[in-house]
Amino acid sequence: MIGGLSILLLCQLAGEVLARALDLPVPGPVIGMALLFAGLLLRDRFLRGATRPDPGVPGLGQVADALLTHLGLLFIPAGVGVVVYGPQLARYWAPMSLAIVIGTLATIALTGRVAQALMRRKG
Amino acid sequence: MDLAEIWVYLARDPLAALTATLLAWMAGLRLAALFRRHPAANPIIFAIAILAGLLLAAGVDYRSYFQGAQFVHFLLGPATVALAVPLYRQWGHVRASGPAALAAVLAGGTMAALAGIGFGVMFHAAPEVTASLAPRSVTTPVAMGIAEQIGGLPGLAATVVLASGVTGAMLGPMVLDLARVRDWRARGLAMGTAAHGIGTARAISVNATAAAFSGLAMGLNAMATALLLPLLWRLFMG
Repeated sequence: MIGGLSILLLCQLAGEVLARALDLPVPGPVIGMALLFAGLLLRDRFLRGATRPDPGVPGLGQVADALLTHLGLLFIPAGVGVVVYGPQLARYWAPMSLAIVIGTLATIALTGRVAQALMRRKG
Repeated sequence: MDLAEIWVYLARDPLAALTATLLAWMAGLRLAALFRRHPAANPIIFAIAILAGLLLAAGVDYRSYFQGAQFVHFLLGPATVALAVPLYRQWGHVRASGPAALAAVLAGGTMAALAGIGFGVMFHAAPEVTASLAPRSVTTPVAMGIAEQIGGLPGLAATVVLASGVTGAMLGPMVLDLARVRDWRARGLAMGTAAHGIGTARAISVNATAAAFSGLAMGLNAMATALLLPLLWRLFMG
């Protein structure tokens, strides 16, 4: 459990350091996700007997599942921030709600259709 | 017993805000279960509504609430890193459709940014509002960074991003049904591209394949938008 959490924090920390050192516009946690993923693939390649498909490291799978089943909870503190932007929301409600609703739904439809068409062609 | 003293303690100490956040989330999950986990009955929106209502009713300002809730907020970072795990578990599956996934995410990401900018320009919104609408579909920390870079308001961007995520999680499954997208890989990619972590949270509760593709799409879209949007903004809007 603690081992798994340490790995996650370590990857995030490495991501944050890399983002700052190389002046990357991508935030630390996203780089950390790429690092952890690359690390797991490298481990499979070089360590025979790695416990595929579980991410071997004691507890990593467990911690990841625990965090991700309650992923929604983690968005709540930032979401409550909506109370601060009352005035802007009231003034620009039209472009904001159109961009949010139509933009999001159009993006979902487009991405889904494109993905399905491309994947069907390849089988 | 001095009620005022207790109130001062509760308003200042992180304990109350943290407890309220967890309780609101559990209430949100209960409510969602009551509606048989219909996508439109999103536990996140229930919890936010409960907490926002409480803050307004009790006259507690957001900053002192966040003092306590930041401990939950902090876990968003490690949770984003943890998305590598479902992706890894499904890698055999994901690998075969890599190029198709990338193309779909790029198409969707472009659409998302154009819609944000388009509606902003069409309604003559203030430039900082339009700039806050542009990074709408990427995960919150990335969107805040991009908004700041192109002259938007990071806090407003976060609100718009979360609203987009909730909209996608609530209505996305119905739109995908209407568009007859039945492939779980494609459904996951669509949710992750348009509704980032909140769409991914929904995908995780529905299907493991969709969850892996949603996490992948969220990461790819975050990287692509962070790299490309500031450049394009400078070219066309700057």
